[in-house]
Amino acid sequence: MYRYDQIDRELLAQRTEQFREQTRRFLAGELSEDDFRQLRLRNGLYQQRHAPMLRIAVPYGLLESAQLRRMAHVVRKYDKGYGHFTTRQNIQLNWPQLAAVPDLLAELAEVQLHSIQACGNDTRNITSDYLAGVADDESVDPRPYCELLRQFVALHPEFYWLPRKFKFGFTGAKVDRAATRTNDAAVHVLRRDGAIGYRFFVGGGLGRLPLLAQEMNSFVPESDLLLYACAILRTFNRFGRRDNIHKARIKIVLREWGIERFRAAIEEEYAKIGSSAEGGQLRLLPEDIERMRGHFSAPPYLAAAEAAADLRPRIASDPRFAAWVKRNVRAHKVPGYRIVFVSLKAPGEAPGDCTAEQFETLAELCDAYSFGELRSTYDQNLVLADVAERDLYELWVKLDAARLATPNIGLTTDMIACPGLDFCGLANAGTLGVTQDIYRRFDSLEAQYEIGPIRITMSGCMNGCGHHSVGHIGILGVDKHGEEWYQVTLGGSPGNDAAIGERVGRALARNEIADGVERLIRAYLELRSDEDETFIECYRRLGMAPFKARLYDTEDPEAAAA
Amino acid sequence: MSQIIHRHAITENDWTLAVDGTTQPHAGGKLIVPLARWRLEREELLAGAAAVGVLLPNTEDIEAIHPEIADRPLIALQFPVFTDGRALTQAVLLRNRLGFTGELRAVGDVVRDLVFWLGRCGFDAIVPRPDQNLEACRSALDEIRVAYQPAADGHVPVWARRRVRATA
Repeated sequence: MYRYDQIDRELLAQRTEQFREQTRRFLAGELSEDDFRQLRLRNGLYQQRHAPMLRIAVPYGLLESAQLRRMAHVVRKYDKGYGHFTTRQNIQLNWPQLAAVPDLLAELAEVQLHSIQACGNDTRNITSDYLAGVADDESVDPRPYCELLRQFVALHPEFYWLPRKFKFGFTGAKVDRAATRTNDAAVHVLRRDGAIGYRFFVGGGLGRLPLLAQEMNSFVPESDLLLYACAILRTFNRFGRRDNIHKARIKIVLREWGIERFRAAIEEEYAKIGSSAEGGQLRLLPEDIERMRGHFSAPPYLAAAEAAADLRPRIASDPRFAAWVKRNVRAHKVPGYRIVFVSLKAPGEAPGDCTAEQFETLAELCDAYSFGELRSTYDQNLVLADVAERDLYELWVKLDAARLATPNIGLTTDMIACPGLDFCGLANAGTLGVTQDIYRRFDSLEAQYEIGPIRITMSGCMNGCGHHSVGHIGILGVDKHGEEWYQVTLGGSPGNDAAIGERVGRALARNEIADGVERLIRAYLELRSDEDETFIECYRRLGMAPFKARLYDTEDPEAAAA
Repeated sequence: MSQIIHRHAITENDWTLAVDGTTQPHAGGKLIVPLARWRLEREELLAGAAAVGVLLPNTEDIEAIHPEIADRPLIALQFPVFTDGRALTQAVLLRNRLGFTGELRAVGDVVRDLVFWLGRCGFDAIVPRPDQNLEACRSALDEIRVAYQPAADGHVPVWARRRVRATA
């Protein structure tokens, strides 16, 4: 875990005071609503339906127990007793009062949490593989590089007023668990011929025009992380469109210029930085990286013999524990240890929501069983990354008591959803009621196991915070003459096989959408070649037609597939 | 004469911004003219004014235009709205890459909450929007006194500061 030093603490304290003064001026009528809007966004405050929403940045999804305890405190004191984890690994509060936010931020700053650039047209919180450092398919732990880049972009004066938001996503593993190519820039940390470097992709983004980031450079040397990031951000700041908010992301520059011209511009700027004094300042020395890597060193694992346990008797005697181990526990690169997923998708709960009591329980559990750390995931769940096998059963009992052990990771009820019309000022339609309707249809574990891995994602508007464009089944809420309707996309994926889903056809009404999703899943069960063929594989093999027929229930799926 | 912020101090503005394209220099006065007029009337302007600065649109390619303005004592960069940060990149490139040492002046929708970022990007003269409080703008230059990254104000990057401390 990165620990703040005096420099970090001073910077955050001064930033917090800067926003306190801005808020005071706004409340005193010295700042217009419009001018203040730009300032509060850059401090995580978004105007929502009922109150401002405060987005708290969780850099690369890593949290420690002191931060979780502080979250429990602030959601009780300033909110309604719960927070919401997002697909970008952040935490959102839906009910803070503006006048109290400076105090709230000051309390967060004491545990090195902040909302710097959590919203607004700037460089947003950096996301990462939530299994960084523990995954068996990882070649380089991306977190030291995430933190080096975080410090470079935090309050960067040249890039504080960009044309639009800019998001970085990192991974250092074979499997892309961070939906990296849905970001404006994806950074894949890798080894080539023994040297570490970065494969950079640029120009991704969801929303109105969902696109995947395209490769810019297949190997930027390790020392040049900040130079290349600077070249991308500078190119964006210079050439990003500012005449139309819907065409202002960097993906539009790429699209309008074409990839060759776009790549040439970034590479030219990178070369200019590299050959100038600026490059000398931005180039990282091995000792800089080594120092940062020291913040993310492996915890003091027990010897395998001490950590390991034979889980088979418990699995045999307790089917609920067995189900949890099967779905929510996965292999760790260290013998005797396991990675534990904490599901934030219990029945009846909004996906990603976490109560004050759950924050406290999680603080206790990560202190007791996972070296005091917790990660938030792209899928709006949490991870205890370093659990000894001998502790698994005890941990499960406690998670289960806190409703944090629903054994549904990666299954039908592990849905991703934005807060939707119930909270968000941008939304056109509700999401939470629909997810509950779908949830109820597939609540039985047997049904979910039968269906297997599937990704159902849902957004309440075009902005796509619920990543509907990259769901196997994506649902987009739209407004039709004041009524909530739902468009379905199929075949999207955020991972290594990243793809943007295809829109099936006309939208379904609120009272039809859950039935429609159920018909899609039933169609899959009938159409799959065997039990090993997943929903997305089946869809890719057969194409849209049989699913479309079934979604609108127009004809027999067998006939349509023939 | 209006007041501006120049090198952390509130001073009298002794430059005239000739945005209308026809303003003539007072005898011995200092005049800032748009780039287009500078190109057309360079000799006349130099003959009539004590000094001539150039106002650049924020869409101008600063590296391409630089040879034409490199010797100017003042370059004014524009903020049509304070949220449009293109001139920040122009400023950083002028200072760091092109070695411009004259006065770099921010004009337009320059509000107090932009001032801190201007200072870091190498602007040494700031002309706030008329409704802004000058003293508040001046003190905003030091709103945050710690910086992680280099820009154009001499801050040593944080990774380099930590090298020194590690060896100390």
